[in-house]
Amino acid sequence: ELFVLTYGALVAQLCKDYEKDEDVNTCLDRMGYGIGVRLIDDFLARSAVRKCRSYSETADTIAQVAFKMYLGVTPSVSCSSAAGNEFSLILDKNPLVDFVEELPAERASLCYCNLLCGVIRGALEMVHLAAEVTFLQDRLKGDAVTEIGITFLRKAED
Amino acid sequence: ENGRCTTKLESMGFRVGQGLIERFTKDTTRFKDELDIMKFICKDFWTTVFKKQIDNLRTNHQGIYVLQDNKFRLLTQMSAGKQYLEHAPKYLAFTCGLIRGGLSNLGIKSIVTAEVSSMPACKFQVMIQKM
Repeated sequence: ELFVLTYGALVAQLCKDYEKDEDVNTCLDRMGYGIGVRLIDDFLARSAVRKCRSYSETADTIAQVAFKMYLGVTPSVSCSSAAGNEFSLILDKNPLVDFVEELPAERASLCYCNLLCGVIRGALEMVHLAAEVTFLQDRLKGDAVTEIGITFLRKAED
Repeated sequence: ENGRCTTKLESMGFRVGQGLIERFTKDTTRFKDELDIMKFICKDFWTTVFKKQIDNLRTNHQGIYVLQDNKFRLLTQMSAGKQYLEHAPKYLAFTCGLIRGGLSNLGIKSIVTAEVSSMPACKFQVMIQKM
């Protein structure tokens, strides 16, 4: 609860600091990135997972091990491209929004949980996987589900 | 710049403190008096947030309380030397707000400050404001 409330206070403060939703979203993403590049160490140490041998395995690990470890939920994973590099994580339950009913009217484009995208992106980069991570759907914005899209870009040179 | 940053952190802590205390005290009985509330902050509140109790509570019985935490969890990850002493206040600001927010929702107006003498021990001073 402390975590969820603190996240909420953080977003509220950012909304006070920045007028435009896009700026808040960018800020959250950047903060998430900073967290992700450090969180990966903690994750690898505590989960002792083997090196993932495919994008699919990576996406599964993120959903089933990492999300479970840090947020206590397990999003479902599906591959959304024939090329095998685009995945979508569907969050049935999102603890970060436990105390949020809906976005205020003047903040309609706010990606409340954008921090998560940054975290995933930062963590992946530290294991030499470049990826684009964004929210494709958001329950807070009225969509049916909350969906995070991960697109693996060409593997970065080691 | 630094001062504004600390103020923002303190206000964030304040909001969170208000929210937290609401959830904690939903089912508890009314507090007897001010000292009872302070003891609650030192024991239950501190344990839920920091997984340990306040080590020492002192008061002058005239509205000033000093809460001492000898191993403050937000500071234990930093090395115990003097090098990080100047950055410690940022970490304490959020917590001061947390206490102030919690007390505020229990009907107590206060000013909370903190000081670190030697890491990771720190003291929070609560000055109750008579309304």
